[in-house]
Amino acid sequence: MDTKFVSLPCNKGKIMPWFKRIKDGILTSTDEKKEVPEGIWNKCPSCKKAITTRDLEDNNFVCPEDGYHFRIGSKQYFNILFDDGIFTELDKDLKAADPLKFIDKKPYTSRLQEAWQTTELNDALRSATGKMNGIDIVIACMDFSFIGGSMGSVVGEKIARAIDYARIHQFPLIIISKSGGARMMEAALSLMQMAKTSAKLALLDQAGVPFISLLTDPTTGGVTASFAMLGDFNVAEPGALIGFAGPRVIKETIGKDLPKGFQSAEFLVEHGFVDFIVNRKEMKEKFTHLLGMLQEGTKAKKKTA
Amino acid sequence: MHVLDFEKPVKDLEKQIEKARELAESDFSGLQEKTVKDLEDTLDKLKKELYSHLTGWQKVQLSRHPDRPYAEDYINNISENFIELHGDRNIGDDKAMIGGFGSIDGQTVMFIGQQKGRNTKQRQYRNFGMANPEGYRKALRLMKLAEKFNKPIITLIDTPGASPGLEAEERGQGEAIARNLREMSLLKVPVVCIIIGEGASGGALGIGVGDKVLMMEYTWYSVISPESCSSILWRSWDYKEAAAEALQLTSDKMLQQGLIDGIIKEPLGGAHNDPAKTFKNIKAEIKKQLKDLLLMSPEERIIARVDKFSNMGVYAE
Repeated sequence: MDTKFVSLPCNKGKIMPWFKRIKDGILTSTDEKKEVPEGIWNKCPSCKKAITTRDLEDNNFVCPEDGYHFRIGSKQYFNILFDDGIFTELDKDLKAADPLKFIDKKPYTSRLQEAWQTTELNDALRSATGKMNGIDIVIACMDFSFIGGSMGSVVGEKIARAIDYARIHQFPLIIISKSGGARMMEAALSLMQMAKTSAKLALLDQAGVPFISLLTDPTTGGVTASFAMLGDFNVAEPGALIGFAGPRVIKETIGKDLPKGFQSAEFLVEHGFVDFIVNRKEMKEKFTHLLGMLQEGTKAKKKTA
Repeated sequence: MHVLDFEKPVKDLEKQIEKARELAESDFSGLQEKTVKDLEDTLDKLKKELYSHLTGWQKVQLSRHPDRPYAEDYINNISENFIELHGDRNIGDDKAMIGGFGSIDGQTVMFIGQQKGRNTKQRQYRNFGMANPEGYRKALRLMKLAEKFNKPIITLIDTPGASPGLEAEERGQGEAIARNLREMSLLKVPVVCIIIGEGASGGALGIGVGDKVLMMEYTWYSVISPESCSSILWRSWDYKEAAAEALQLTSDKMLQQGLIDGIIKEPLGGAHNDPAKTFKNIKAEIKKQLKDLLLMSPEERIIARVDKFSNMGVYAE
């Protein structure tokens, strides 16, 4: 079929502008700029409704329409859980090395460079101490945006040190998991972080310091098979994917589609591996109550002793 | 005997020598004994050359050699009166994970190991050495039993990974492995872990937290198999050789990284070429390690064990 292009008459220079810029240049000063710009729309991946970033932030990144929990990072979790968002970061200068000089399609060092630049994070986990409704706590939180929240030497070491800090100060520990698993580019070194974090948790367990493991979307692989499943309390966000083998691997192995809701937080509660599911908006209060009840017990014990 | 691609020149030469020897023994050929001897020298050189320059991938192939001794073979050949114990007291008996008490020259030990099968039927029965959560829970039950009766634990690791499947997830594969890592850290009895074939990821580590972790010479131990690594990072199954090199998963590389405590030498060409010698080597090594470990107090062993794993990791600060 022939396509004919029809040229339309164009009144160049005579079109009325729809909007007129009265003053030249951008007038907002840097100080006035908000961290999260208002008026930017987010689409809820679940209900497809549009929400402003500001509304989303006010709602702890939970969709006001259907309760979908957006994936967030350590910055947002620290803001949600620490009183007034105040905390002291621990071991923040730890950075990944490349001991194996690992190269796949590109060198590990370039992947790291890229991640450092785009995320402004040092690695896939940040740990901090501060107060949660007045209770001294330690929180270690993974960042999925940094190489898929993968656990290499830095993540393992920071978790180990956070556990030690919690044990020495007798502060309750919260670890927030969000990870694709071990970091392949550090090979067996990554694998051994599973043993290291679990051994440290064994010492914390002996010391009787409470440990809440918060499982968020997604928590899989070596993280699930180590510290994430070792909480005194395993708690999950609604709808989070939690598993050892990833859904794709299982699907390939069994050769058929997975049942609906398989490996969801709700599925794990049903099978006895998660204590309860918590909505992000109620998280801080619920954790505070839980830890408060434990602290009460400790105080009573001390009094009788 | 199954022949790996890279071993063909050796196997061909072995066949030639056999024929030459037959000829030399018959009166009618002019073939000299010396010719046979020369061929044997060539073979010896060829073998030494080949097996001292194996690539990572070739060692992975050797670790999976279908004629290699499996956990049961080691247990039966280095101990007496092995009594196998079954079940996790919860859901069932995992055939991919075996265990029980045995005696090594008078010292009772608890053996635990992944078991592979030799033919199709056995392989299915053993689930290819891929344990389910109940396998890890059975292993932990037996470890606690050993602790109760103050007997050392020997684990024999040989797995392509923990089983990935619907049931494994439903029954908490991650939790089962995680619990073993935590509980093994504080076991009061000596724990010696030996990688006898494949040491794939969490499935291997799930019985791998020990005072001494040793690798047989031609085995591998890493966070992922070279094939899966190739598929994920290269997005193709064709880079397994490159992945095997990049992962540095062989015994020598693992020792260099300080992630294992020692290597048990294998006969030239691998454990299956001389099983008797292999069993002798591994038995001697186990006895030596246990002797040293039994000199320490439980507290000393636990502190050293936790410290050892705590020091693993390379980072900049």
